[in-house]
Amino acid sequence: MSEGFISRGFRGRRKTSDESGRLPPGQYLERGFPVLSAGPTPHTPLANWDFSIIGEIDQPKRWSWDEFRALPRETVTKDIHCVTKWSKFDTHWEGVSFDTLLAQVTTDASYVIAFSDGGYTTNLPLDEVTDGQAWVVDTYEGQPLAPEHGGPARLLVPHLYFWKSAKWVRGLRLVKQDEPGFWESLGYNNHGDPWKEERYWGD
Amino acid sequence: MERRTLLGRLTWQLGEVVATQQETARTKSITLALPNWMGHQAGQHIDVRLTADDGYQAERSYSIASPPEEAPRVTLTVERLDDGEVSPYLTEELRAGDKLELRGPIGGYFVWEASMGGPLLLVGGGSGIVPLMAMLRHRAAAGSTVPTRLLYSSRSLEDVIYHDELDHLTKSTTMLEVVYTLTRAQPPGWTGYARRIDTDMLREVAWPSDQRPLTFICGPTPFVETAAASLVALGDEPARIKTERFGPTGEA
Repeated sequence: MSEGFISRGFRGRRKTSDESGRLPPGQYLERGFPVLSAGPTPHTPLANWDFSIIGEIDQPKRWSWDEFRALPRETVTKDIHCVTKWSKFDTHWEGVSFDTLLAQVTTDASYVIAFSDGGYTTNLPLDEVTDGQAWVVDTYEGQPLAPEHGGPARLLVPHLYFWKSAKWVRGLRLVKQDEPGFWESLGYNNHGDPWKEERYWGD
Repeated sequence: MERRTLLGRLTWQLGEVVATQQETARTKSITLALPNWMGHQAGQHIDVRLTADDGYQAERSYSIASPPEEAPRVTLTVERLDDGEVSPYLTEELRAGDKLELRGPIGGYFVWEASMGGPLLLVGGGSGIVPLMAMLRHRAAAGSTVPTRLLYSSRSLEDVIYHDELDHLTKSTTMLEVVYTLTRAQPPGWTGYARRIDTDMLREVAWPSDQRPLTFICGPTPFVETAAASLVALGDEPARIKTERFGPTGEA
């Protein structure tokens, strides 16, 4: 309907060649680290924190904070893309790969529902979080992950919009049937690929 | 929501600017006529897309300031960011008669309808007032008498957006109280709050927790963090506190 429309008098800020290849459509480069969340920041003491894998598995798994910290760790550098339009390049994280976590269970599930303190959930296809595509991270730029950024631990699923990288994550529920999470039920895209600009329902 | 599901896709549409109004030195309201608007709820936002003549595009999100009752006219209030790419265009260049490309409404959580009741606590910092103003305008248009308090933090009196209209609303509607805090500069004789929001202020202004208030907080990140954490510490239910960050990076 608005094909060919030009905004009178708009010039904009052209991107550098480095940016243009790395910025998905509709995104701009952000130097800060914006915070977005739907409710108050939870503050779970580490002594009460655990991480679980439940659902369609042979045996539920649970790690205390110390047990989680003792798992094999990876350091990753990734570009991240928020559905609210900002992207941030070369963010440095440390944590545990989904491959490491899921290696400890047997499942015939096809989807993962991540669940967080505060009731937040997000859904992910299992084949998009394995093979080095997703992590549970507790360290950002060499420092413990701050509560407003999802600490003590959050998901990192950098190839999808950042709402899929659930803050304050406490576990994964493996399911055979996909079910929409929090934002996915409230108008946001079920999949969320920034390169396809899958922001909202129907995109 | 229902209609959006049926329509499926949030398609881009062209609105025509029918009016602009300078609100403060840094903020301007832009009223658009939208031929294909499907309606919205107070608190939702839209995406704006600007296109240069060589095809270059920039997208940003802006809160809707107007109530659902004014559809198919929709008003945005935009704060000019000096180093921004889109907000200077919207506040300086765009004028009545121009077209603006947008899609929405977006966001189904930070919304209030009169039927959701209260008591309602709205806590706004700076231009974080915008989606809260949509709620207050909806409340007035719907004739709602839900007991409502707005705590609104600004740098100075000159930075208060919608000041006259808020004064008018407190007189023309029942059960609405507006409390200001001016954090950087206060006019002579100012007797209101003159500091950043804190737990003591919220203890004085917020509803008692046993009334199970419904709270909406919008502002820069430290503002939202302080307000939400204070209300939780005062005993409010976290699940009844909804937050939205405002501004370019949320790190203001």
